Amino acid sequence: MENKKCISFGLERKTGVNVSHCYQCGKCTAGCALASDMDLPPSYIMRLLQTKNAENDHRVLSSNAIWICLNCENCIARCPKEVDIPQVMDYLREESRKKQCINEKSRSIVAFHSSFLHSVKQNGRLYEMGLIAEYKARTLNLLQDVNVAPSMLMKGKLHLLPEQIKDTKKIQTIFKRTIEIKDKRKV
Amino acid sequence: MRIGFYPGCSLNGTSREYNESVQALAKAMNIDLIEIKDWSCCGATAAHSMSKELSLALPARILALAEKQGFEEVVVPCASCYNRLSVTNHEIMHNEELKDKVLTAVGMPYFGNVKIINVLQLIEKYMVGQLSEKVTHPFAHQVACYYGCLLVRPHKILQFDRLEDPQSMDQILSLIGATPIDWAFKTECCGAGLSVARTDLVGRLSGNILKDADDRGAEAVIVACPMCHSNLDMRRSAINKNLEKPVDIPVLYITQALGLAIGLSPKELGLQRHFVKVNLKEVEACQR
Repeated sequence: MENKKCISFGLERKTGVNVSHCYQCGKCTAGCALASDMDLPPSYIMRLLQTKNAENDHRVLSSNAIWICLNCENCIARCPKEVDIPQVMDYLREESRKKQCINEKSRSIVAFHSSFLHSVKQNGRLYEMGLIAEYKARTLNLLQDVNVAPSMLMKGKLHLLPEQIKDTKKIQTIFKRTIEIKDKRKV
Repeated sequence: MRIGFYPGCSLNGTSREYNESVQALAKAMNIDLIEIKDWSCCGATAAHSMSKELSLALPARILALAEKQGFEEVVVPCASCYNRLSVTNHEIMHNEELKDKVLTAVGMPYFGNVKIINVLQLIEKYMVGQLSEKVTHPFAHQVACYYGCLLVRPHKILQFDRLEDPQSMDQILSLIGATPIDWAFKTECCGAGLSVARTDLVGRLSGNILKDADDRGAEAVIVACPMCHSNLDMRRSAINKNLEKPVDIPVLYITQALGLAIGLSPKELGLQRHFVKVNLKEVEACQR
């Protein structure tokens, strides 16, 4: 593969992170709360990116690891080289969406993020009931949280109607000028 | 003093009791918190999982609004909002090109004159001096101070407390008569934003945290983050499915523990909104 097409090239250009700084000590994986649930643990993702090989790049972009990553940032806290793996993960998620190779098992997570952002775009603030309704529609997980939702309502933790900010137009402009430039599929 | 206040979406809804207890405590300490007008969502985990530009532009609007409304200091009790606002402030103020791009998207100027502080910093800076004299009901319990991820990481940017074994919450709790325990999960992740999409994982991670607190004799877990709270409290049935012995210790916001110690009522601190009953003697005595 031509060098400029590999993920590590674009990654370095956009975030400044150089994957070759990783010397595979494995402390990120050892400190990762979800490494055992990931198909590719963080240190292995770094190794695959170092190979600059198209097939390995594809494995990384279609992994479930990049989506279940919690952004807890323990990896960079423990990395002796301070390789910014959280930034790598953010970049990989964007690329995975752009190239449409989102891991099948991670679609519910992406559906949650999309529903969240859609709610923010419409109201300027999160409207939880709208978020959950849209998430259910996207994933057909209809039974999700039917046991906690009524108690939340009783305890005054949910708004029945969305609370809109005054300047929702500004928020919509921000979406148009950022995420929607690259992403023709609106959130 | 004029301190800006950014509640964020969680404190406005699912974590109302955090908002109520921050407000009640500030009032009792004579601190004026002024809400930023027309604030919007910071984008949280969803934005930075989907688009770097969006994840900077949403918080940048809030910073720009705060500056325009004349605030030099803004307290952000939600750890996730605190993290996103602080990281955005740092990133755009250290990269001219990025700053231009982000502020063009936002359509507002920002000169970098806003300082973001978390709730522990608010307490340390404005309340600690008058706290001991105000304590009427010492909070005489063994407590596990749980900081979570977002208050301390990324350390390079936030520069708050110690990375692996933070102390600020422990010290504050000692001042109201509590005994903070030594434990292993102070900064381990609770599962955060996967609460809805992967409740199974949250149940396991939060289960590890509560089991350690329980094993070491904690009578309450103290938090300063609405996501940590809702995972440890609202997800308790998912958590207990992962544990051999179910755990029933309550989870309190630090502002609720402090409020109880200075004699505020459980109701004004929103304790009735928790899923796990706060079965501490002083709360039960008040409710009787």
